[in-house]
Order: sequence, then C-alpha cells, then structure tokens
Amino acid sequence: MLMQINHIVPIEHIITLSCILFCIGVMGVLLRRNAIIILMCIELMLNAVNILFATFSAYNGNPDGQIFVFFIMVVAAAEVAVGLALLVLIYRNTRSVDVSLLDRLKW
Amino acid sequence: MQYIFYTLAFFAILCALFVVFEKNPVHSVLYLILTFFSIAGIYVLLNAQFLFIVQLIVYSGAIMVLFLFVLMLLNLNKDTEPQKSVIFKTAGAIAAGSFLLVLVAVLKDTQQSTELSAMTDIGLVKQLGKTLFTKFVVPFEVASILFLAAMVGSVLLGKKELY
Repeated sequence: MLMQINHIVPIEHIITLSCILFCIGVMGVLLRRNAIIILMCIELMLNAVNILFATFSAYNGNPDGQIFVFFIMVVAAAEVAVGLALLVLIYRNTRSVDVSLLDRLKW
Repeated sequence: MQYIFYTLAFFAILCALFVVFEKNPVHSVLYLILTFFSIAGIYVLLNAQFLFIVQLIVYSGAIMVLFLFVLMLLNLNKDTEPQKSVIFKTAGAIAAGSFLLVLVAVLKDTQQSTELSAMTDIGLVKQLGKTLFTKFVVPFEVASILFLAAMVGSVLLGKKELY
C-alpha cells in the first residue's frame, strides 16, 4: 500500500500545523533568555518551513521543494555549528548564556 | 490514515510547547528531539522518504546531539536559568498569538491547486538525486564551500587562545 496523504488530509491542515509550529518558535525566541533555547526555537521555525516546502512539493508533484528542504537542512547544520561555537565563547567570557547581558551594542 | 497525521501533528505541537515552557534546558532539548521525530513521521506521510531519513540523521541525530553536548559542556541546569519578567512573557505570548492569527487568516484565503499529484515517487532518493545533480548541482557545490567555511569558523572560535 502506497501512502497517499494528499487524498485524505486537506492541505490547509498541514499549512496550519506549519504556522502553529512557526509561531511556537517565535514565542520561544520572545519568551526565553537562554541563548541555547533561542537557537533551538530557530531550529523549530526552520522545521516548520521545511514541512511547508515538503507539503507543497508532494501536493504539486514537483521535487524542487524537497531539494530546498535539503539545502535548508545544510544551512541549519552549518548555522548551528557556528552558533554554538560563538555561544561557548560568550559563556567563557561572561559565565552565562543570558542574552540580556549582551546589550553593549544597544543605543 | 488521517488519524496518524493528526496524532503526529498534535504530538509535535505539544512537544514544541514543552520546548518553550520547560524550565530545564536539557528537557527542552529532549522535547525538541521528540518534535523532530513527529515531523519525520509527517514526512513519511508526505511520501518524502529521503527527507525522513535526513531529518532523523541530521536533525535528531547530529544537530540535537551538538546541542546536548554544548549544554552539558556549559553545565547549565534549572538553577542557572535566566527568567524574564511576567510582563515581557505576557507581551511575547500575545505577540506570537497575534502573529499566528495573521498567518492563518492570510493563508486561509489563498487559492491552492486543487488537482492532486499523481506522482508518488518524487520523494525517493533516486528521483531527488537526479534533480539534485542536474538542476541544482551548482548550489550543491556552493553548500560544500559553506560547510568548509563553517568548519573553519567553528574551529577558530572554539580555540582557547583566540586573541
């Protein structure tokens, strides 16, 4: 049996799921002050967009969307590696991962 | 069949909420891994087998292990967790909720293509590989340069004597 989601689940529901996940990511970035959690919430937002790309790709029969998801994953991996290295450096200097301490560029 | 999708969607949203509201950062990471597993399940339902495997290996495997590793390296736990004031938290929740409202309202009225795709093999490795190495071969090579730059950057940043 080949699974066929697009005959059963309306595309609007998957779009709504993606929107909800994206907004949870936005909420995490706004609510938390731990820099690691903020990075994780950015990953969550990237994943929400990935779902959208994969959905449109599957519903329209065009593989380009899934290639885009692949490239988003590539960029996310590179971003996380550099971001966490920066975070370790920040922790070494300030002994904290609180982003509100890093306000020297404000004003 | 559709119940699998709705169960996975519910599970993903629940775990994503736990990521945001969990006080302990290690628990947050573990909940994020569960969210990524549910998203991988949704990829299976979308016939995107390649993305399913890559999601499991790259996201749930590599990236989240990196997060866990850094968390344990920095020795963060519940006691060192910085907190925002209640006003900021309320404002953030309201802002995110309004954003969700706007997004859903906008996307509700869009015209989606109603014809369903007859192609079911576009998510397979063979098909995606053909597309990747013919149409998208230049971005693929650029991605390798990006990885090289990221690797050099993180090694340089991680060195003890930077200055």
